[in-house]
Amino acid sequence: MPATEFQASQISWMSRNKLVVMPWAFLIPALIFFAIYVVIPIFQSITLSFYEWNGLYDGDGNSTAIWVGFENYKRLWSDPKFWVSLKNNVLWLSLFMLAVPLGLFIALFLNQTVPGMRFYKSMFFFPFVISQVVVGLTFGWFYNPDFGVVGGLWKLAFCEETVNILGNVTFKCSRTPPDILSSSQYATYGIIAAGLWPQVAYCMILYLTGLNNVAVEQIEAGRLDGAKGWKMLWYLVLPQLRPATFIALVVTVIGALRSFDMIAVMTQGGPYGSTNVLSYYMFETAISEYGERYGYGSSIATVLFIIMLFFISYFLWRMYKDEKSVS
Amino acid sequence: MFPRPIERLTPARRNSYQAFLPFALFIWLLPLLAIFITSVRSAKDINTGNVFGIPTELRLWDNYSAVFIQSEAATYIMNSIMITLPTVAISVTLACLAGYALAIYKFRLALPLFFLFVAGNFIPFQILMVPVRDMSVQTGLYDTIAGQFLFHAAFQTGFCTLFMRNFIKALPFDLIESARIEGVKEWQIFWFVVLPLVRPAVAALSVLVFTFVWNDFFWANVLTQGEDVKPITAGIRALNGQFVNNWHLISAASLLAAMPPVVIFFLMQKHFIAGLTMGAVK
Repeated sequence: MPATEFQASQISWMSRNKLVVMPWAFLIPALIFFAIYVVIPIFQSITLSFYEWNGLYDGDGNSTAIWVGFENYKRLWSDPKFWVSLKNNVLWLSLFMLAVPLGLFIALFLNQTVPGMRFYKSMFFFPFVISQVVVGLTFGWFYNPDFGVVGGLWKLAFCEETVNILGNVTFKCSRTPPDILSSSQYATYGIIAAGLWPQVAYCMILYLTGLNNVAVEQIEAGRLDGAKGWKMLWYLVLPQLRPATFIALVVTVIGALRSFDMIAVMTQGGPYGSTNVLSYYMFETAISEYGERYGYGSSIATVLFIIMLFFISYFLWRMYKDEKSVS
Repeated sequence: MFPRPIERLTPARRNSYQAFLPFALFIWLLPLLAIFITSVRSAKDINTGNVFGIPTELRLWDNYSAVFIQSEAATYIMNSIMITLPTVAISVTLACLAGYALAIYKFRLALPLFFLFVAGNFIPFQILMVPVRDMSVQTGLYDTIAGQFLFHAAFQTGFCTLFMRNFIKALPFDLIESARIEGVKEWQIFWFVVLPLVRPAVAALSVLVFTFVWNDFFWANVLTQGEDVKPITAGIRALNGQFVNNWHLISAASLLAAMPPVVIFFLMQKHFIAGLTMGAVK
């Protein structure tokens, strides 16, 4: 075949099929990258959960993992730490949901147009921008009974300041201040309260954007018909805020199940494992001081993944319905 | 507008609203204000329990410079920058390409692949932890800067692709149609027609990914060991151990760590919020 003819047939093949070939050319880099670091590891983790492995390789470079079947899951079932973590996950999930109404409440409070409102809105949003590690440290100090705000307030309320001859200040307290993060009863609530702070800010900004786009005519028409207050909110405003509510729920569920940073910073799962959640317990188990336990860790991760999968499937199903209704 | 605009109410109500606003803000930001004041106190104030009072002496410069002198804070911050910037560049670039493919071309796998990227966003990190860590050890990427930004870039590509695809899908399709009829090549359509139009999305994604990755703590712990490659978030936890109960130094270090995303947020607020609230309105 002469060169020119060959070229011509090649060009025409390309131009005939460009709408089939081109999308893959654009997609391949992202897809490969995403597959290597996200998609494949999910399956590897699930597989690993049926093995026992300390992360080591033998001299020939083969993994020393041993197949144990459902052994890791059986062990999970009788592991009290797992159940405490799971219980705390449920607690996180249910209390974190408060972020949605609280965010709506603040958004309604701020949805005005007085001078300087932009400043107030961005300052209320501020906590979300800060890393959770910093929020955790801040609240860790806030709750500190000796040096923190809780301790300081306590001293104002229950303590008497005495200065001895040497000029040293000591406090006599009628009750000892509460050490929230050292109490196995209250520590989790303390961390959740800290976690709610940025999450409320996030929900607030979602609702503020939503409120910005509420149809003014409907509201005014409702006003003429005498609707106001709660009724107006419930029947006229909230239905229009549904997209915002949906996203607020999504990010809050994900945020609750992903909670890790604050626990790591504030209590490291303690006291006595009482603030553990699955995400932290998994980390602690897989990379512990006593050597890696990759298999058992992976089984905890798989359980967490399955819980998340319920929510993810629901979100995707909702998105799918939206996609269908658009096209 | 809902609730009823305050201008329509009585002047008394209006004034009380405006008076209440700063008070509400004060309560809301109390933890931050308190930690800021702590960060400029002297050690003596901390030990005598002066939590609310005016600091006896202002130690702004001393405390913040002490953080740099007594710890590796400068290295940590440098590491954070070297992890964050490549992540932003890689993930946004890949997402422009992938988002374009998923939005413009109609092929059977377009929607399933799009959902794959979306779902990848929501999974718990722990399900990736062991394999990613093991792979990093095997390839020599464990405990390196590159090992961290490569992972972050891949993970953030999911979110960025979701964002870009929706953004490009909302552009008028006629633009692409007519360019095709004119005989413009596909990559030229991408480069000359679509790319200039997605600039706002690129800006929004850049500030968001910057913030997400800067604030990451989990992967910093999973993929590093040594002090010389740790980002600032993992660094301040180490400082927390080093500065036990020196709350003035811990506070100063925390605020330093929080600073870059805060600055970026205030500089690019519009893009930041547009990015976060995507999908909150129909």
